[in-house]
Amino acid sequence: MAKTTTSLTAVQCFHCGEDCNKDRISAYEKNFCCSGCKMVFEILDKSNLCDYYSISKTPGTQQKNTIREGKFSFLDDKKIAASLTQFQNENRTHINFYLPQIHCSSCLWLLENLHRLDNAIISSKVNFERKEVDIVFSHHQTSLRKIAELLSGIGYEPYLSFNDMGKQMPKVNASKIYKLGIAGFCFANIMLMSFPEYFGIDTKEYSLLTTFRFANLALSLPVFFYSATEFYVSAWKSIKHRFLNIDAPIVLAIWVTFGRSIYEVLSGTGGGYFDSMSGIVFFMLVGRVLQDTTYRQLSFERDYTSYFPIAVTRVFEQKYESILLSEIKLDDTLLIHHEELIPSDGILTRGKALIDYSFVTGETAPVEKEMGEIVYAGGKQLGSNIELLVIKEVAQSYLTKLWNKENDKSEKNETYSFVHLLSRYFTWIVFGIAFMAAAYWYVHDISKVWNVITSILIIACPCALFLSNTFTNGNILRRLSRNHLYLRNAEVIERMASIDCIVFDKTGTLTTGRFQQIVYEGEPLSVEQKNKLSVLASQSVHPLSKAIVSWTGIQERAKISSYKEVAGYGIEGIVGSELISLGSYSFITKDKSKRREPSIVYVAIEEKIIGKFIFRNQYREQVPTMLSQLGLEYYHMAVLSGDNDGEKNYLQTLMGSHTTLLFNQDPIDKLKAIKKLQESGKKVMMIGDGLNDAGALTQADVGIAISETNHHFTPASDGILSAEELPKLYRFIQLCKANKKVVVTAFVISIFYNIIGLSFAVSGSLSPIVAAILMPSSSISIVLITFGLSNYCSNLYQLK
Amino acid sequence: MNVIILLLIASISVAGLFLLAFIWSVKTGQYKDEVSPAIRILFDDIPSIRKKPKSKDETDTHIVKKNV
Repeated sequence: MAKTTTSLTAVQCFHCGEDCNKDRISAYEKNFCCSGCKMVFEILDKSNLCDYYSISKTPGTQQKNTIREGKFSFLDDKKIAASLTQFQNENRTHINFYLPQIHCSSCLWLLENLHRLDNAIISSKVNFERKEVDIVFSHHQTSLRKIAELLSGIGYEPYLSFNDMGKQMPKVNASKIYKLGIAGFCFANIMLMSFPEYFGIDTKEYSLLTTFRFANLALSLPVFFYSATEFYVSAWKSIKHRFLNIDAPIVLAIWVTFGRSIYEVLSGTGGGYFDSMSGIVFFMLVGRVLQDTTYRQLSFERDYTSYFPIAVTRVFEQKYESILLSEIKLDDTLLIHHEELIPSDGILTRGKALIDYSFVTGETAPVEKEMGEIVYAGGKQLGSNIELLVIKEVAQSYLTKLWNKENDKSEKNETYSFVHLLSRYFTWIVFGIAFMAAAYWYVHDISKVWNVITSILIIACPCALFLSNTFTNGNILRRLSRNHLYLRNAEVIERMASIDCIVFDKTGTLTTGRFQQIVYEGEPLSVEQKNKLSVLASQSVHPLSKAIVSWTGIQERAKISSYKEVAGYGIEGIVGSELISLGSYSFITKDKSKRREPSIVYVAIEEKIIGKFIFRNQYREQVPTMLSQLGLEYYHMAVLSGDNDGEKNYLQTLMGSHTTLLFNQDPIDKLKAIKKLQESGKKVMMIGDGLNDAGALTQADVGIAISETNHHFTPASDGILSAEELPKLYRFIQLCKANKKVVVTAFVISIFYNIIGLSFAVSGSLSPIVAAILMPSSSISIVLITFGLSNYCSNLYQLK
Repeated sequence: MNVIILLLIASISVAGLFLLAFIWSVKTGQYKDEVSPAIRILFDDIPSIRKKPKSKDETDTHIVKKNV
């Protein structure tokens, strides 16, 4: 315990573990980084819930951003509350909240002890993987709003989005798991009961033998009629689409095996191949379940509704009321608080807007808007409260339209995995062999023809190919997810292996999305001058001003007079008898001819420019190395940025002269740029993070969304990649390329088994015991080979 | 011979019970969240049992913190 606290430099917040050396609050013999953290501690201390802090160290999340009072007042609205609750009777209400802050065992413990904080809560249960809590409470004693406020009070603010409205309990499709369980049960028991026959039961015990055979027949029925339907459905779908996928020959093999086995048992000529059939079905279901593992905490299909809040404040006859987003009408006046999203296009009627559009357009610098200007939906208000007059309803707003437009476009050309093509060749070859063998036996011994044909079809089912494919895909998806790249499904692996062009978004993808690097160029500043700059800059809430204040490292208060701020241009004021100005070139020199340089702030003392601050995007760690590595591998690369071209030169040197760099791209431009690349025959991978990339992400052959944290909003995509793992991109692609090699290797090995099996089948002597040995041994060895090889490959590329 | 058939019935019904148990466990959602049950099981009755040693723990940290 002492370990974490003894370091001399860092004083950790008792609640959240943040370094709080600068402005710590000491209370109860503990240190806190902010009053928010302290408050959470007080609430927990009062209810004797301080075990929260002993289960894990500093389990809280930082509480510096206090939650506005009345933020959850919309939950008092009956209609909103009803759309969120899942179940209600006279006494109890069930509600499910998404709490993105859940991360450790302390969280779990505290959230399951909510009833100690509020008696009205009957029970609460956490689903850790989904980061959700199910709360049952008595609605006579408390309300939904109070519960939401209680959760926020202890640092778990529920995340409520427009998308949650009328959310049903998600039904997990477990049918595949049932099918698997039943197939496993039947397979093992059939195997067991086949042993007497394999080991040569005494022919005198004929009645016993028949019993075993009929028992096997009975046990195979659920496999044939229930478990195997998984393959029937997909085979039928493929036939309807006039494309023979791998399931079709497999279904044929299952049917032939089953038919012949029934015939043998009923005619008393043999025991049939029930064990082989149920074994195939079982192993293939295992492969399919492994391949289809879903990531419960992620969603690849998000749309704007999960980005928008659930309710907004409307100003109506001098009063504030919460209304649902869908109830916003034309000419309503909406109140937008600090840090809130603008839900619909409108005209600014009160206050000064400073809007962060970085997520929607990719611009890094917030946009300032004056009264009377049009504000578009999707931005986040950074300044104080504003009011706006709605000019377009939510469904018609710029952002929503953009979204719908992008999703309207034709679906991606369906590509078929090479596995299906391979299985087709394989099937034709097998049919050829069957035909020749049948012709041979037709001449020599006509009674054996059917026997031989069915044997060949049983042996030659491409289940080995199926198994090697599903197991390799499943394992590679698993390895990728360990490295925080979550792909939507196994198809993406193959598409990712085939790309030859990578397009990046800049803001939020290559960079962290904020100005973090400040470089000062010009005459060196004295401490006194720095002081004055800091005083001036601290007057403004503009992020650039704030950044300058923190650059000076001084936080002193001094008198300032004739302070003037021209929104979007600069600030000036007299500090200690000197006129200091900060702002654009034209603001300081009144010379309008020079074009705007959005990421440069000039410093002037008494109207004489003495230097300038250059703001650089902070590139993600190791990203430059990754870019040069990809460049060396002859990938065509491009950057599509919604931001200004302030970074152009730097990026060009980073990525090489042949890289296409396009700036000031709106979402439609990005989409078109991707299309153009595709038309020139390139397979494009798009990597982006914001809504402005949404169209490009869906258009590209592979669209990967970058996410800072798991609960971060990501647009619809083929995969979600954690931001800090972006440098591994090259290795991820290499692993996807290895996927195909592994599948083919395992398949080639399985062909040897097939040759052995076929030699028995062609000669008309495939006994059930040969089938029973060949089938599981080929399946298991293929599973082992694919696992071994794919793990070897991911270790080779130094992936976790 | 009858013994074998009896054994057969017994073995299949035992296996069937396990199958039912498996189906029940899937149905009740025991695989929906694989993380929290493992943590939750360690919590039972912590507050009452751990109360004393915990406060001692905390004082330890304070001493260290004061030194800082």
